Amino acid sequence: MKFLVCISKAPDTTSKIEFTDGDTKFNEAGVQYIVNPYDEWYALVRALELKESLGGSVTTITVGEVGDESIIRKALAIGADNAVRVNAEANDAYFTAFQIAEYAKANGFDIVFTGKETINYNGSQVGGMVAEMLNQPFVSLASKLELNGGAATINREMTGGVEVVEVNTPFVVSSAKGMAEQRIPNMRGIMAARTKPLEVIEPAACEDLTSFATYSLPEAKSACKYVEADNIAELVNLLHTEAKVI
Amino acid sequence: MSVLVYIDTLNGSVAKNAMEAVNYGSKIGSTTVVTNGSISEEDLAALGNVGATKVLVNRAVTTNDASQITNIVAAAADSCGASTIVFSQDLTGRAVAPRLSAKLKAGLASGAIALPSADGSVKVNVFSGKAFGNVSFNSDKKIISLTPNSIQIEETGGSAAVEEFNADAGSASLTVKDVQKQEGDVLLPEAELVVSAGRGLKGPENWGMVEDLAKTLGAATACSRPVADIGWRPHHEHVGQTGVAIRPNLYIAAGISGAIQHLAGVNGSKVIVVINTDPEAPFFKAADYGIVGDAFEVLPKLKEEIEKLKAQN
Ligand SMILES: Cc1cc2nc3c(=O)[nH]c(=O)nc-3n(C[C@H](O)[C@H](O)[C@H](O)COP(=O)(O)OP(=O)(O)OC[C@H]3O[C@@H](n4cnc5c(N)ncnc54)[C@H](O)[C@@H]3O)c2cc1C
Ligand SMILES: Nc1ncnc2c1ncn2[C@@H]1O[C@H](COP(=O)(O)O)[C@@H](O)[C@H]1O
Repeated sequence: MKFLVCISKAPDTTSKIEFTDGDTKFNEAGVQYIVNPYDEWYALVRALELKESLGGSVTTITVGEVGDESIIRKALAIGADNAVRVNAEANDAYFTAFQIAEYAKANGFDIVFTGKETINYNGSQVGGMVAEMLNQPFVSLASKLELNGGAATINREMTGGVEVVEVNTPFVVSSAKGMAEQRIPNMRGIMAARTKPLEVIEPAACEDLTSFATYSLPEAKSACKYVEADNIAELVNLLHTEAKVI
Repeated sequence: MSVLVYIDTLNGSVAKNAMEAVNYGSKIGSTTVVTNGSISEEDLAALGNVGATKVLVNRAVTTNDASQITNIVAAAADSCGASTIVFSQDLTGRAVAPRLSAKLKAGLASGAIALPSADGSVKVNVFSGKAFGNVSFNSDKKIISLTPNSIQIEETGGSAAVEEFNADAGSASLTVKDVQKQEGDVLLPEAELVVSAGRGLKGPENWGMVEDLAKTLGAATACSRPVADIGWRPHHEHVGQTGVAIRPNLYIAAGISGAIQHLAGVNGSKVIVVINTDPEAPFFKAADYGIVGDAFEVLPKLKEEIEKLKAQN
């Protein structure tokens, strides 16, 4: 079985979010990048588990610039066999998906894994787009995936509950909490990652369909109004008459 | 301008977030709605009241198959000449909108929280609600998927014409074997009131008071991530940067410290009430109303006082 895992970078979850250049660019000064949590904790680890029990290989793909190689090495340290970096800035989900789909078409994979969403752009876009470009089924927000030959049984989050679906390989799946348990890379993995193949390829021609024109920050909250713990009636009164939410 | 809105009605009713999407579309242009499954004609005609002029319903596709739904929506967009297609950023929207974007080569702005501005750009949530971005489109056709609870529905008092829509959906790409319904009456992502608790509650046996308060209010229940990780509460209740992002009118947080990753998923709430024994808890900085106190005492009292209020009204 051949598995492809889409790995993107994301700012560390404690990063201060600020913008520069007239609010047109994310301010990267002092920002630490990590592997997008959904990609690392769920997509990658489930692919590795399947490979360990069924045999095969796990390749990661990242659309990004050379600075992304540290997070790619992290994915290799956790256990991916080899990595591909498409040498381009990923500014648009369609462009990104197109690059991944081109690589997947040329190399043939049984399952393409993505994360549920990137925690910086929160688009939940790339996985579904890749599926459409490959003309394959797309199972979104999977919380469990078992593979039996070419047939997969997948639990996915659906409005009001969990659906159990069956789908045949090849397909694309986006991974949410529950798929696997986070793995911490060990020293051997980190050493091995240094020499694992990281192939750099140039992007295929494709236009961006969207761009972020400007960014803004939420308005600062006005100060918290404190109510004494022995005066809950006052809180209820405020919620009813002042905030008008109950 | 012609607008098409896809809504998920597979569970047999029209959810509030679906009505929001229809109403949103109707403020952009003349709105046709497309849906699939076995929803009643009356319920669909009633969408006229939130701005739909016409509703197309495909009865053949009765499962949540993203590739079949994509084909239906694409055919509907074609038949009504829609230049903007709107989804709700719910679980179905997340599966179908990107497929459709790739199929039509139409840019997708996901997680919109406001109507398009004069220049056509759309304000969306980014950085898990810590900031906003304005997405501009480089494509003629546009797809917008709307964050639940981000617009106020305005009723228009109309009724929509309902038509059967028999577009070719293609063959099924997956089979649905089983559906495990979520417990609890109010679904978290679309709830207007949410009662949430964290590690300060000490153990799952203490959640009775959280549930009691939620029931009294008609609220959904939620929790912090560690609480779901240790298994005190089900995963689908976990809110935050790596859980569900919510925008209720009221978010009550008891025994939650207010870590930045937790705030990311809840700071779109209109009003936040924080109950914490520690006056230094970071959550108070994001709160509208704060009580420095013991959740074990405050939650039951709060329930009592709300019961009194309800009895008066
Ligand atoms: C990559 C990453 C992603 C993350 N994503 C999320 C996420 O999506 N959502 C999330 O919630 N967290 C997330 N976290 C975890 C987050 O950093 C915090 O650890 C977590 O939110 C803390 O949960 P808590 O507030 O329940 O527990 P604690 O931080 O332990 O806080 C418990 C609070 O309860 C108070 N307390 C104790 N007893 C009482 C009492 N009797 N009455 C009232 N108050 C009391 C304490 O004063 C304290 O403030 C993430 C972390 C990382 C690194
Ligand atoms: N630049 C990228 N390179 C590789 N994979 C990506 C990239 N951006 C997003 N993805 C994948 O697509 C998923 C959804 O991303 P998004 O559509 O941005 O929310 C992520 O969890 C990744 O698995």
